[in-house]
Amino acid sequence: MIDLWFVIIAFLWTGYFVLEGFDFGVGMLGPLVSRDPAERRQSLETIGPVWDGNEVWLITAVGAMFAAFPAWYAGVFSTFYLPVVLVLVGLIVRGVGLEWRGKVADPRWCDLGIVAGSALPAFLWGAIFADLVFDGLPAALLGGAFTLAVCALHGAVFLALRTTGPVRRRARRAALAAGAVVIPVAVFALSGLGTFPALASMAALAAATALTWRRREGWAFAATAGAIVLASLAVFMELRRQPLPGLTLAEAASGAYTLTVLSWIGLITLPFVLVYQGWTYWVFRKRVQSAPVA
Amino acid sequence: MDALDLARWQFGVTTVYHFLFVPLTIGLGIFVAGLQTAWHRTGKEHYLKLTKFFGKLFLINFAMGVVTGIVQEFQFGMNWSEYSTFVGDVFGAPLAMEALLAFFMESTFLGLWIFGWERLPKRVHLACIWAAAIGSNLSAYFILAANAWMKHPVGYEVVDGKARMTDLWAVLTNSTALAQVPHVIGAAFIVAGGFVLAVCGYWMIRTRAPMWRSAARAALVMTAIAGVVVAGTGDTSARLMYEQQPMKLAAAEGLEHDTASAPFSVAPGIEIPGVLSFLSTHDPKAVVQGTEDLQKRFEQQFGPGDYRPNQTVVFWSFRVMIGFGMATVGLSLLGLWLTRRRRPFPVPLSRALLLALPLPLVAVIAGWLLSEIGRQPWTVAGELLTASSVSPGVSLAEVATSLTIFTLLYGGLAVAEAVLLARHVRKGAEEPDPAPAPERLEPSLMY
Repeated sequence: MIDLWFVIIAFLWTGYFVLEGFDFGVGMLGPLVSRDPAERRQSLETIGPVWDGNEVWLITAVGAMFAAFPAWYAGVFSTFYLPVVLVLVGLIVRGVGLEWRGKVADPRWCDLGIVAGSALPAFLWGAIFADLVFDGLPAALLGGAFTLAVCALHGAVFLALRTTGPVRRRARRAALAAGAVVIPVAVFALSGLGTFPALASMAALAAATALTWRRREGWAFAATAGAIVLASLAVFMELRRQPLPGLTLAEAASGAYTLTVLSWIGLITLPFVLVYQGWTYWVFRKRVQSAPVA
Repeated sequence: MDALDLARWQFGVTTVYHFLFVPLTIGLGIFVAGLQTAWHRTGKEHYLKLTKFFGKLFLINFAMGVVTGIVQEFQFGMNWSEYSTFVGDVFGAPLAMEALLAFFMESTFLGLWIFGWERLPKRVHLACIWAAAIGSNLSAYFILAANAWMKHPVGYEVVDGKARMTDLWAVLTNSTALAQVPHVIGAAFIVAGGFVLAVCGYWMIRTRAPMWRSAARAALVMTAIAGVVVAGTGDTSARLMYEQQPMKLAAAEGLEHDTASAPFSVAPGIEIPGVLSFLSTHDPKAVVQGTEDLQKRFEQQFGPGDYRPNQTVVFWSFRVMIGFGMATVGLSLLGLWLTRRRRPFPVPLSRALLLALPLPLVAVIAGWLLSEIGRQPWTVAGELLTASSVSPGVSLAEVATSLTIFTLLYGGLAVAEAVLLARHVRKGAEEPDPAPAPERLEPSLMY
């Protein structure tokens, strides 16, 4: 039961990294790939209907940690106190920026919030998890650089896949540039783990860059998503042995009763969530065009 | 000042701030869904205009509710790691259920609603706003069940210094929660009603357009019904408090000693005999326990310590909650009477509705101060003291930093939100649509 809950939590975090990963990337790259207000709207509209739902994966992952492994939840967030404060600041200014952008007179403040609020958590989550696994500032910085670059690549590929016109062209170029950065960073960051998923993740990132070069955007997106899944898998395999220095999963876990009832609730409701979130992506599957303001 | 004090201040500041937006999300979501349903049923253009107008205000506010809510979920682990470790087995369950059952539904369907005006069939689009609004209300239920457990823990046992859940159903049907959920959701509808009435009041002073009257009438009915629910569940809560949280009740009344036929003090010195006993038990002669006598009993039970909450805050927040809440509901009843049978809204009434905007917000904040400061010195009544709940490894400097950051950020955002709401209220609902291409209109307009 403890293993099942660890897998569920790893699944929720992984889902969060894959989904919010691209909307962090889109948020960061916005000013680079769009040159006028219409293009700016176009690029943000690719994530508009979905980013808030993507963020709930984080809320659920953290809620599940709280319920299933209280001591792990408490230990992680009180240990990484200031980084978590900064993550929260990022998520706040980003969320407000995205929601208010179309309703304010001058969207520049919102744009600043979206860019900073996307880049900050994208970096910090990598730093926090790298520090959990390897412990130490260099590892944290490298981990942060890795997730920041991967989010940029993932978001650029997503933009290229979901838009038309100049934004799509620039997104492709941004993806190639991000790929050129990601691959060396990944070699450093993931070779430290050295496990099979870590190496496979490296290969997937290289494949994603190559596929972007060949203009196979759909496959490239599948490859970046796969790379994130594999990297997350590699990290959680390490965390399974030691979720936090001086703590084992068994010590951190809630009682059998709680884990059992939560399993039933999770297993019944998660499929519904996956279906209706999937449906959202289906409804908004058409490429987003740039529309000039009248 | 130590880390504990600052952690408490941070929790108070961020939670009160979060709850400025939440009631509006809860009540206004349903109100907008109702407006869109009215449009769907009748096809009348002004319902569509009202839906979009209040929908926009709803979204500006919704963003703040969401982002300030994220902080809450992390804060337990960050500042209250001892608490989290002690209660997670029980307290975490409703939080996880809230995310799975309510937040996913709320945010996913709201995204579909915002961007789906032209892309979804009308009926499906209408269902989306209902799903989002119901999600908001469901989330309130789960978080209130978790909160009620802190005041009246049930369905658990303590094993090896940690609470272990033994009965989820008992946690979800805690008598405290069942009284608190309708009380808080009702209060949220009063806040939303007050907000709609203030906006309509602003416009009814300026124009005679009938759509403002129809929105205002609907809001008056909503506020009045919610007022009845809040009063009824408030009565239930008082009786539960007598049984479950006698110290809070005594502090709220400034009652020092166990008293038969206890009086209710309207303000210090003005007392109505027997009313407190009646409110607590429906028996005007019953004995109500006083703070000093309870203190002695708690010392015997739990050892030395001060088990009395801050009595000034608890006493006055109780009166502010009742007074401001009743004033709002009273105004809405008066409004219903004055505008009966198609009578227009008199200008003084519209003005009063506009000026009354802060009343229900002050009332709900006072209610939370009563509820949570009255719970002190416990985080979990009778089980865990607040002083033992704080994170041992988090320094004063760290908490001071986060408290400063959140306070400044929240302050700036509050000003921005108020300016933004005011600007969109002044724009009104008659604003012609800015962009001509209908396919592209909604996303750019709503986003």
